[in-house]
Amino acid sequence: MGDKILKKAELQDVLRALKRTYEVFVPVKENDFYSFKPLMDEEKVDLSFTNTRLSPKPLVLPQSERMFEFTLDEKSEDAHIVKESPKDYPPRIIAGVRPCDAKALRLLQVNFDNPEFKDPWWVKRRESMTLIGLGCSQPCSACFCTSVGCGPFNEEGLDILLFDLGECLLARTLTEKGERLLQLGGMDTDADSGLKKSADEVKTKAEKKISSHVPTDKLREKNVNDLFDAPFWDDVAFACINCGTCTFLCPTCWCFDIQDEVIRGEGDRIRNWDSCMFPLFTLHASGHNPRAQKVQRIRQRFMHKLKYYVDKYSNGVACVGCGRCVKHCPVNIDIREVFNLMNEL
Amino acid sequence: MTDNPYLPFPVRIQQIITETEDKNLKTFKLSFLNREDEERFVFMPGQFCEISVAGKGEIPIGLASSPTEKGFLLFTVNKTGVVTRYLHNMKEGDIIGVRGPLGNWYPWEKMGGKNVVVIGGGFAFTTLRSGIVYMLHPENRNRFKDITVVYGARSPGLLLYRQELAEWEKRDDIKMHITVDATDDPSWPYNVGFVPTVTEQKITTSKDSYALVCGPPIMIKFTQPVLEKVGFKPGQIIMSLEMRMKCGIGICGRCNIGDQYACKDGPVFSLAQLNELPQEY
Ligand SMILES: Cc1cc2nc3c(=O)[nH]c(=O)nc-3n(C[C@H](O)[C@H](O)[C@H](O)COP(=O)(O)OP(=O)(O)OC[C@H]3O[C@@H](n4cnc5c(N)ncnc54)[C@H](O)[C@@H]3O)c2cc1C
Ligand code: SF4
Ligand code: SF4
Ligand code: FES
Repeated sequence: MGDKILKKAELQDVLRALKRTYEVFVPVKENDFYSFKPLMDEEKVDLSFTNTRLSPKPLVLPQSERMFEFTLDEKSEDAHIVKESPKDYPPRIIAGVRPCDAKALRLLQVNFDNPEFKDPWWVKRRESMTLIGLGCSQPCSACFCTSVGCGPFNEEGLDILLFDLGECLLARTLTEKGERLLQLGGMDTDADSGLKKSADEVKTKAEKKISSHVPTDKLREKNVNDLFDAPFWDDVAFACINCGTCTFLCPTCWCFDIQDEVIRGEGDRIRNWDSCMFPLFTLHASGHNPRAQKVQRIRQRFMHKLKYYVDKYSNGVACVGCGRCVKHCPVNIDIREVFNLMNEL
Repeated sequence: MTDNPYLPFPVRIQQIITETEDKNLKTFKLSFLNREDEERFVFMPGQFCEISVAGKGEIPIGLASSPTEKGFLLFTVNKTGVVTRYLHNMKEGDIIGVRGPLGNWYPWEKMGGKNVVVIGGGFAFTTLRSGIVYMLHPENRNRFKDITVVYGARSPGLLLYRQELAEWEKRDDIKMHITVDATDDPSWPYNVGFVPTVTEQKITTSKDSYALVCGPPIMIKFTQPVLEKVGFKPGQIIMSLEMRMKCGIGICGRCNIGDQYACKDGPVFSLAQLNELPQEY
């Protein structure tokens, strides 16, 4: 494995050629925001984005996904029997993934793919994906990735990492999957040591540009009930309107609901993204609701990311510092402040 | 469990038993459609399943039958919302699905060689029934010392499994203390009084004992101090919790209490474990 070099303009030819073997997704601008879309034949690959509004999470965990199907038609001998829906998992390239979003997939892995239970759809989709990352030479002002075990050129979860060297791109192969892709794409020009050095400089510069820092060192040792009963939650929750934007956009939020839908006797069992910010999330049929109040739900969101996940998996916090929730919260609730409050309690 | 942990296996409703006089509780006796599913279904008392009604959804319901009862599964369902209401209107012979067994179980290994005190209230007696039938089985009875049961409901007509309760009353290898909050039946042969009060009268020692406690929150709240008074340590008090659930396998993120998923790390917790967790259930 090594570093290859290609002209910036060549990237799209390479990706287009790879469409013969893979489905290729790239960030595409629509109105003011970027999102991952299939690469169209005449489309230019645009690398000028800061980050997509939504991470690539829907490519692994679709916002709405059919799990099973069934028929209620009594004439069928399989009436009422729930069956798997046929699905295929074509190999996919996701190009232009930011390192934070790749790391987020890593954090989710322990949830969807663990020794006891494997979520078959998540695992198969994740396995069928090859991730081409794009390092952040110009991190955004709300990012704080370097504080949470990530960074603008972090490699975890990626198969290839691209360094933007101005005229050209240096492609660092990180896995065998990535290597195979570079071969298929005909990227075979080795980067010389000068270019490798430039790549390292780009990385160091980018890391220095990250101006937001949050403390996380004491979260692990804190007592969970001290944090749970901390006096600051009412203040943190005060302005929240429970819109769910934060959980919807967060690359490390994964909660989902399961519902049945029936049209003319033919049914599907479907899973849909859900959010701990909604009161229905925990409502029992009896009317009892352990998180009936807004402050309980806000606390759940932050406690899950910064304490429960930390304790459960010894894998760091469940936040990659992408800054999406900070940027898009309509009432400016800022997780960086909550990091401070919790760590310094 | 099938290879896909979300996929229910099909079962037939073999029998429906109306348990209570208000008809709000029915027991569903289910038989497997496929033999492989039956062979794969290995469980311990305290576990639960997701009952799947195609077109309506899935609900977590405790296993009321014991692993010592072969060839069928029992679930006792309280009529409350969408799925439970629909289930109550189904007929014998209908096809539904089951996913499981799910969750952990009562700590049978630890309870070996000990006295077991079973305290139940209302319709939360389902998995306790499973446990009692399990312990009374000739193969298992010797593994436990005294078995004492305190079980109460609001009125005689609201007690579950009445015929079995009467049979257990007659045995000498289990001490039964059945109680009702109130009754106007002058020939009522058992206790009258709330579960915590009867517990206080009947359970006088915690020596070498574990207590399995399931019931409405109010019952648990008043039973706990009674047990503590006779010396039960938090590690000797075992409870089963209910949280709203979906996946039942610790993936969908719905049912956490602190860092524990009630569906996978629970639903059975000792009071000692619960004391360490945020009080949010
Ligand atoms: C481990 C466990 C064991 C249980 N055992 C039994 C039992 O033996 N007998 C019994 O009658 N009830 C039991 N319950 C409660 C039972 O799951 C709910 O009453 C049932 O889900 C209500 O479903 P519904 O569709 O009728 O209500 P709705 O209010 O229409 O519920 C909609 C959906 O919300 C979820 N939900 C609602 N309430 C609960 C709840 N309390 N717990 C979990 N999910 C919920 C379900 O997914 C349900 O389909 C148990 C719950 C848990 C967690
Ligand atoms: S985005 Fe902001 S206002 Fe909306 S639910 Fe999240 S914290 Fe509350
Ligand atoms: S919590 Fe906010 S900053 Fe952290 S990963 Fe989620 S959206 Fe990004
Ligand atoms: S029900 Fe899905 S995590 Fe417990």
